[in-house]
Amino acid sequence: MMTQLVVQPDYRALAPLIILFAAAAVGVLVEGIIKKGLRDEAQLIVSGIGLLASLAFTIQNWNQDRLGVHAEGSLTMDGPTYFIWGLLLVATILTLLLVSERKLNSGALNFTPYAASVPGSPLEAKAFQSRTEHTEIYPLVLFSTFGMMMFASATDWITMFVALEVFSLPLYLLCGLARRRRLLSQEAALKYFMLGSLASAIFLYGTALLYGYSGSLSIRMLAQRIQADAEGGNSLLVAGVVLVLVGLLFKIGVVPFHSWTPDVYVGAPTPITAYMAIATKAAAVIALMRVLYVGLAPLQWTWQPVVAGLAVITMFVGAIIGLTQTDVKRLLAYSSIAHAGFILVGIAGAVTAATGNHALAGSTSSILFYLSAYGLATLGAFAIVTMVRRAGGEATQLAAWSGLGRQHPVLGALMTLFLLSFAGIPLTAGFIGKLEVFLAAWAGGYAWLVFAAVIASLVAAYIYLRFIMVMFFRDAGEATEGVQVEQASWMTWTVIILCAVGTLVLGLWSSPLGDLAIRASEFLR
Amino acid sequence: MGFPLLTILALVPLVGSLITFALKGNAGKYTGLFFSVVAAALGLWAFIAARNGTDLSETHTWIESIGAHYALGSDGMTMIMVLLTVAVVPVVLIAEWFVGDGEGRWATNVFFALALMLESFALFCFMSMDTLLFYLFFEATLIPMYFLIGGWGGPRRGAAALKFLLFSLAGGLVMLFSVIGVGAEAASQGKASFLVNDLAALNFDSTTGKLIWLGFFIAFAIKAPMVPVHTWLPDTAEQARPGASTLLVGILDKIGTFGMLRFCLTIFPEASKWATPVILVLALVSIVYGALMAIGAKDLLRLISYTSVSHFGFMVLGIFAFTTVSIQGAMYYMLAHGFSTAALFLVIGFLADRRGSAKVDAFGGVQKIAPVLAGTFLVAGLSALSLPGTASFVGEFLVIAGSWQRHPIITGIATIAMVLSALYVLLAYQRTMTGPVTEQVATAIHSDLDGREKFVMGALIAIILALGFYPQWTSDMLNTSAKHFVQQVGMTDPMPGGNR
Repeated sequence: MMTQLVVQPDYRALAPLIILFAAAAVGVLVEGIIKKGLRDEAQLIVSGIGLLASLAFTIQNWNQDRLGVHAEGSLTMDGPTYFIWGLLLVATILTLLLVSERKLNSGALNFTPYAASVPGSPLEAKAFQSRTEHTEIYPLVLFSTFGMMMFASATDWITMFVALEVFSLPLYLLCGLARRRRLLSQEAALKYFMLGSLASAIFLYGTALLYGYSGSLSIRMLAQRIQADAEGGNSLLVAGVVLVLVGLLFKIGVVPFHSWTPDVYVGAPTPITAYMAIATKAAAVIALMRVLYVGLAPLQWTWQPVVAGLAVITMFVGAIIGLTQTDVKRLLAYSSIAHAGFILVGIAGAVTAATGNHALAGSTSSILFYLSAYGLATLGAFAIVTMVRRAGGEATQLAAWSGLGRQHPVLGALMTLFLLSFAGIPLTAGFIGKLEVFLAAWAGGYAWLVFAAVIASLVAAYIYLRFIMVMFFRDAGEATEGVQVEQASWMTWTVIILCAVGTLVLGLWSSPLGDLAIRASEFLR
Repeated sequence: MGFPLLTILALVPLVGSLITFALKGNAGKYTGLFFSVVAAALGLWAFIAARNGTDLSETHTWIESIGAHYALGSDGMTMIMVLLTVAVVPVVLIAEWFVGDGEGRWATNVFFALALMLESFALFCFMSMDTLLFYLFFEATLIPMYFLIGGWGGPRRGAAALKFLLFSLAGGLVMLFSVIGVGAEAASQGKASFLVNDLAALNFDSTTGKLIWLGFFIAFAIKAPMVPVHTWLPDTAEQARPGASTLLVGILDKIGTFGMLRFCLTIFPEASKWATPVILVLALVSIVYGALMAIGAKDLLRLISYTSVSHFGFMVLGIFAFTTVSIQGAMYYMLAHGFSTAALFLVIGFLADRRGSAKVDAFGGVQKIAPVLAGTFLVAGLSALSLPGTASFVGEFLVIAGSWQRHPIITGIATIAMVLSALYVLLAYQRTMTGPVTEQVATAIHSDLDGREKFVMGALIAIILALGFYPQWTSDMLNTSAKHFVQQVGMTDPMPGGNR
């Protein structure tokens, strides 16, 4: 399908982005205008309206099939873009529900009230009393989501880089704002910032080389240039591609660019960890696929084995190191690395969807489905993590969860559901996701990769089973002293219930979302 | 599309399970039992309907994008396994009526709820005519089974549950590879479908086909415990509650042999024939090794699980001999073994609950204190050694008679195991039940079976004898099924009495 350049800006098509940006900007103004005591509520309302309006426009635009290239070729509105925008917006809404949960923290947010104060100091107490709070969190999250949406739809290098920075910078900040265990949180923020900026710089350097090679900033033009290049194997091209991919793989958390993930996941406030685990990953996966499937389509035979190799390393490193973890958040971090590997399995297949007798979900749709299933389980699992607490904050040692399933059967059962979905056990959405991704890989000629992925799934399954075993079969002991499940408000429960229902329903009857994903199976070239 | 009897049959236990979870105490127990009895009635109805030739099958599109269907079937083998499942579960529930009373145990209603959930998933498994649907429930059965093992039973039950789960999961994931393989290959051959009938029409002769077959076979071999992947069973059965072991060995492990027929033979006739020599040897090793280990077992629960390894070997032998008689025998054996294992596990459960141990040397002279218990133990044991008149005899005889025509030497060696089985059953009986009453037994065992326990054993023994004396009632259904499988592999029955 050839695409025509739309010269007149189509505000309607870009409305989701514009609305979200506007909501974030209003959020910043709210900080200056509204009184301290009311800010949190005001922020929640502003960002809620912004997100819902943006989501509504996304759905409406997709219904009207507003496909095309916008903003002078820098943003492409196609099926994957719409799908991932929807996913990002829903994930952000759920994240904000976790962010504004107060009941768990006896009236305070999960975030530090005053980042410059020492934990437990009079300054902090004063801040708490005067309801000084970092309510900037809401606009920061919105800016970040805005950046991710742009990132997933960007088709020129500059836009992609700007989007990368727009979503990364708020995340660096958000990581450092944990109320409890603040040093860890600030360390995480610094680590993430240092490594993230390095990755960004590498990415930028790569784009510069690719510009030098193709003479254009457009990802689409890169494909044409490669096709026209009779000789192939241009060193500028190779170097540029490698550097750009390093930048993208870093954001997804693919081995060997994964080392930031565990530390940052542990240090960041749990709602933000959940947000990073799903939103950052989803946006970066789509951006990576866009670069590979659109910009580097002529080089498919070259990059497929590389992606397959990375998939194998990532799956196994994530799964095996995950086995040794004793901290819940760290464990989930390594699990997210393993999942990045499974996603790469699907990317490596690179087959397009087919319908009718040759029915096949195709790589893109199956990955979109996988991301949705993974997102549901991730948000649900982290939401439960926020509820298990002791005096010093969340009790994230695995040992502290001993016997939890027996004392709180409902919570235990829900956590088990999410863990089973991670493990890809049938009757959960995670299974259908894995099945579709592996089918796509096999159809793309990577049967051996499917075999490796199945073995890695077995190793990874042990991580989750151990978790389940601790919750149900280990008796509460010293490690669990003072640990209790705090009463959460409707906000956290909404997230947990929605995710649980979604995980179960999609596991039994995946067609509604699956069909939607199939509608989103083609990147506009 | 008529009345969806099969769907309702499989959903009734699931609904019952959810209700039973929510209720506490006796209300939960009776609700659970009620639903299992309703399921049994529905199962019997479905069986009779299918026997009279009604086609109960249901087919709907499930995930269109990959060609998966919600397809349930009602052929002879399916209905036999359905009957086994719905009959065993209520008996197990009655036998485990007080399972939650011990210290540190989970409540009884949870056990009942999990058993019902397992029943529902197993029924779906047996009725699935779609590979993906089958796989879905094949894996799903692990979840309730895991908790059934880990929630009650011996002190090392957590580790036992994990071992069971890891073995099963390994098999399951290897099978996932194969399920994906058939799906992708079907799509590449022009018809994306997971329906068994569609797949049977495809050609899987290539090396890829053999690899895919291998994935299925490994999964089923782990499930049906075959040597060398049987090691999980004795360890699990030793720690699990006898009721849970009954569900595991009596019902769940049948999915292994069932799957070999339904998937390995039907979809991959070429690969199945190609691997036959290896499988027959493995089956033979299972038969003999299982029997020898049973003789040497120091724990009654381990003993029974080793006898099962031996018996499953017979079933596999019958299946891969590819004659109508032997396959029919294997299917009948699957049914018979379900009941005889249930009787053995449960009676030893009653025994071990009184004594607090299931070690062979913890007993002696029990017969003098609890004659009914000893008697039912003996009958259950005789059924396990395939005494004529018991159900197992019919199955074992048919397997041997059918396999003899094709593989006389292997079958000849296998018959040795019949002698060994007499040894392990009678030795166990002699050591535990006869002789002088030991001091520990005298202090621990005061009572014979009570009314509830008598009912459990009586029902099982009645079924075993009925099946042993009147096997004809299933022969038409099983014969049709067996003929179908023999046809699928493209073999013809050897002429009786003629040269091979």
